[in-house]
Amino acid sequence: MSGYISIRNLQKFYGHYHALRGIDLEIARGEVVCVVGPSGSGKSTLIRCINRLEDFSNDSAIHVDGVPVLPGSTLAKVRAEVGMVFQSFNLFPHLTVRENIMLAPRRVRGTTKAAAAAQADQLLARVGLETQADKYPSGLSGGQQQRVAIARALAMEPQVLLFDEPTSALDPEMVGEVLDVMRDLAQTGVTMVVVTHEMGFARQVADRVIFMDGGEVIEAAPPAEFFSAPRETRTRNFLHAVLDH
Amino acid sequence: MDLFETFFNLEVLARSFPMLLKGLWLTLQLGAASILAGLVLGLALCMMRLYSARPVQILTRIYIDVFRSIPLLVLLIIVYYALPFVGVRLSPFASAMTALTMVSGAYTAEIFRSGIEAIPKGQFEAAAALGLGHRQTMIDVILPQSIRMVIPPLTNNSINVVKDTALASVVAMPDLLKQATQAQALAANPSPLIGAAAIYLAFLLPLVLLVSRLERRLSRGRV
Ligand SMILES: Nc1ncnc2c1ncn2[C@@H]1O[C@H](COP(=O)(O)OP(=O)(O)OP(=O)(O)O)[C@@H](O)[C@H]1O
Ligand SMILES: [Mg+2]
Repeated sequence: MSGYISIRNLQKFYGHYHALRGIDLEIARGEVVCVVGPSGSGKSTLIRCINRLEDFSNDSAIHVDGVPVLPGSTLAKVRAEVGMVFQSFNLFPHLTVRENIMLAPRRVRGTTKAAAAAQADQLLARVGLETQADKYPSGLSGGQQQRVAIARALAMEPQVLLFDEPTSALDPEMVGEVLDVMRDLAQTGVTMVVVTHEMGFARQVADRVIFMDGGEVIEAAPPAEFFSAPRETRTRNFLHAVLDH
Repeated sequence: MDLFETFFNLEVLARSFPMLLKGLWLTLQLGAASILAGLVLGLALCMMRLYSARPVQILTRIYIDVFRSIPLLVLLIIVYYALPFVGVRLSPFASAMTALTMVSGAYTAEIFRSGIEAIPKGQFEAAAALGLGHRQTMIDVILPQSIRMVIPPLTNNSINVVKDTALASVVAMPDLLKQATQAQALAANPSPLIGAAAIYLAFLLPLVLLVSRLERRLSRGRV
């Protein structure tokens, strides 16, 4: 069976360091996958390969909706379908909130200014920030900035959303507002791959939880099974460590 | 006062003023043309230095380093006196503009590069993840942020270009300095030189102060 996102034998080297050691992963359309694992296990590297922010070796293959993720002309197409939300938001500081959201639809899709602005305002309402459209990112809290970043990714109407620890840079009191938005998104049928340390979110929202360690996928299971009956020792040790502190 | 009569002879100054103005006009034209051409050249060199094929990158780097090292006066004299030997005969203005542009372009390229490299990697990644191409990323995301940072060093460079226009008098271009030396010879009095110095200062000192202010503002916080 070939998934909506299909990852075959993904190998990634940083110089001589073997960061991903042959990942095979099929993700279905509309599936919500949470990726967990210790620091340095390759979680970020894995999802950054999906839209090819990281190069990977030629004997590896990733397909999104049947399109190979290769450098060249198809890459823009893949990236337009795959949105990404970063730990550090990466909003464009010289643009207002609304302009941040409008930029990609206008430049990549050729949407008119008026249509892009209307869409931006709609998306801002969806993430609860309709009153902030004319502010610059520096005037927003971390939680608000991350919600803008989500709206910005949504503006391209992506089929896939990648999240790399979207709440790790936030003050604790702001984590909830971002997770709420993501929870709503998970209901919409968009395919989500979420690297997170929020085990509660993974337990409630994920269709499948993937545990990585040492550049490999150690275990993948639905959350009920993953959290209550992990098969691998390494998974158990990890869960002990993160759930008990 | 004898000294005052010698250096600030108002009568001589008044008489030479039209000449100085004519020189000033040429100096400003040369300065502005060289600054603008240097900006265009510098941006192109910067893009080649950062984003072209490896051999082009290396050549660009060599160009930049060579033209930042060569004394401008030497370059100017080569352009004006040596190039005719290979059939390239440029007017004094064109020679001066060529030399100034080539050097200013090299400095400008490095200024742009530092401005681009100061932008966090996350900005490039966010743009790429949205599907923006390289050109769009540069135009819409990176350069608008870099420009703010590079305005003080670019203004500094522009000040240097205007100062260096005075070298053009060596190739007989009737710029401000050349007019002043001629007026001095005519009047047998150095006041026109003092007048020229005052005019240079009147234009450049405010710019120097502006750069200091901009730098202070930028170091205090963003935007
Ligand atoms: N640009 C890079 N150059 C060299 N090594 C890198 C680079 N990026 C990541 N690595 C290494 O690759 C390994 C996997 O990194 P990655 O960022 O994917 O881990 P992670 O699971 O996301 O960790 P964390 O939870 O800390 O974010 C780590 O050992 C890291 O040091
Ligand atoms: Mg990471």
